[in-house]
Amino acid sequence: MRITIDRDRCIGSGQCVMTAPGVFTQDDDAVVALLPGQEDGAGDPRVRDVPMACPVQAVTISGE
Amino acid sequence: MTETDIRPTGSPDLSFPQDRTCPYQPPKVYADGRGQGPLSRVELFDGRPAWMVTGHAEGRALLADPRLSSDWGHPVFPVVVQRTEDRGGLAFPLIGVDDPEHARQRRMLIPSFGVKRMAAMRPLIQDLVDRLLDDMLEKGPTADLVSAFALPVPSMAICELLGVPYGDHDFFEERSRDFVGAATSAEADAAFAALYGYLHGLVAKKQAEPGDGLLDELIARQLEEGALDHNEVVMIALVLLVAGHETTVNAIALGALTLLEHPEQLEALRNDPGLISGTVEELLRFTSVSDYMVRMAKEDIEVGGETIKAGDAVVVSISLMNRDAKAYEDPDTFDVRRNARHHVGFGHGIHQCLGQNLARAEIEIALGTLVTRIPGLRLAVPVDEVPIKAGHDAQGPVELPVTW
Ligand code: HEM
Ligand code: HEM
Ligand code: SF4
Repeated sequence: MRITIDRDRCIGSGQCVMTAPGVFTQDDDAVVALLPGQEDGAGDPRVRDVPMACPVQAVTISGE
Repeated sequence: MTETDIRPTGSPDLSFPQDRTCPYQPPKVYADGRGQGPLSRVELFDGRPAWMVTGHAEGRALLADPRLSSDWGHPVFPVVVQRTEDRGGLAFPLIGVDDPEHARQRRMLIPSFGVKRMAAMRPLIQDLVDRLLDDMLEKGPTADLVSAFALPVPSMAICELLGVPYGDHDFFEERSRDFVGAATSAEADAAFAALYGYLHGLVAKKQAEPGDGLLDELIARQLEEGALDHNEVVMIALVLLVAGHETTVNAIALGALTLLEHPEQLEALRNDPGLISGTVEELLRFTSVSDYMVRMAKEDIEVGGETIKAGDAVVVSISLMNRDAKAYEDPDTFDVRRNARHHVGFGHGIHQCLGQNLARAEIEIALGTLVTRIPGLRLAVPVDEVPIKAGHDAQGPVELPVTW
């Protein structure tokens, strides 16, 4: 699985962090970031729900 | 917007908004329209026709669509509540502007509302909630849960976040209470003028002697980018104050009422405190404290087999989207164990609530602590005697007499 984040779109809602806290975080500006080493989703099934949870389509997932 | 358009769906005679009869259910007359598809027709108080969006998927798609505008300053932006008809040419940051203006303002503010920052506010909120409950228990065994509990929590939290000096709390809280609770627009204007004046002075003071609240950060960021727009900082503070106040008061009070009216759910929560965050999401879905949002189409938009024309007024019904049977099984059942994900209690798209994680922390701590510390809590009057807000306000009880 590959997670792509669009930091320019992000509005800092925190939905991604709430949904999959082991994979997503926010940087000091409260903009989305991926936790180091977790860019492949870390096998967390909740990651699949993040694209729908994000209010501005800033997160996309490709691959299995 | 053309008067000659004939759109057969829904009832163009239904005037919007309607008052709720049950405090936590959407008005029944809207629900009657639920069978008719994701969009129906309503009429605003000034006679202007509007689309009412009730489908969960369609509403989310529309809220994410840049062709739907939130520009309150537009000369024909739809007006839903008469008292806001005359906005006096004031610019409303965030909630009342479109991108790119919106993105610029939001970027300056999100660091103050980040997930980590909100986690750091929790001990403060807990302490505040504990003190309010100590006080209530001492004065008991009856109280108005709105004024004794639901109101001071968000009010003090927002002062803390903005960096309002402790000595000014009383003035600040009283004026904001007058502002959101005003019966007439003259009263609201007076409170608004007092708050504006106060915040104007506060920003000047902070510029000279910086502290570490949100306003201080905002001033610093603006100076970094070039010049301080004094009026913009004051207006942002006002929007935060209004948006963060009445909504959260109602979420706490209506949340308590909903739990008391569903004793088996309340029991489940009391037995398993781990259910609290799911309970808060389900309350946000089920009660939809902010009942609707207003938009105007900038271009024609095809949705749900209809065409919303450029210039059309659109009301997006949060309460009915949150009760769409296509999105939630048994949508009218309050179930603290359900996964209420993707509810639109905080909206959707670029304007999705800036304060949502603060609100979550406040509601979670307030209700979680309330139900464990006062296990015998119950209504002091029959539920149908609890006075509730009008349909155009944030939804919730005006007062909530309780006993234990
Ligand atoms: C996200 C939600 C909201 C935001 C950002 C917001 C923002 C504002 C701002 C900045 C003003 C001051 C400008 C003026 O006086 O013309 C205002 C006016 C006002 N708002 Fe809101 N508001 C929100 C929701 C509410 C709610 C839920 C209520 C109802 C309880 C409410 C009640 C009022 C009243 C009474 C005025 C006085 C203005 C007048 O009489 O025209 N607002 N709003
Ligand atoms: C349970 C409590 C709350 C509810 C139900 C709520 C609901 C909402 C909704 C539905 C919107 C979207 C409005 C739209 O799209 O037109 C919104 C926006 C907003 N809310 Fe909240 N809110 C709550 C608490 C708060 C708090 C605590 C704050 C701040 C301290 C806050 C600040 C804002 C702001 C600034 C916006 C505008 C964001 C933007 O346009 O980017 N809200 N809120
Ligand atoms: S859910 Fe979307 S908008 Fe919210 S923080 Fe994550 S990426 Fe940003």
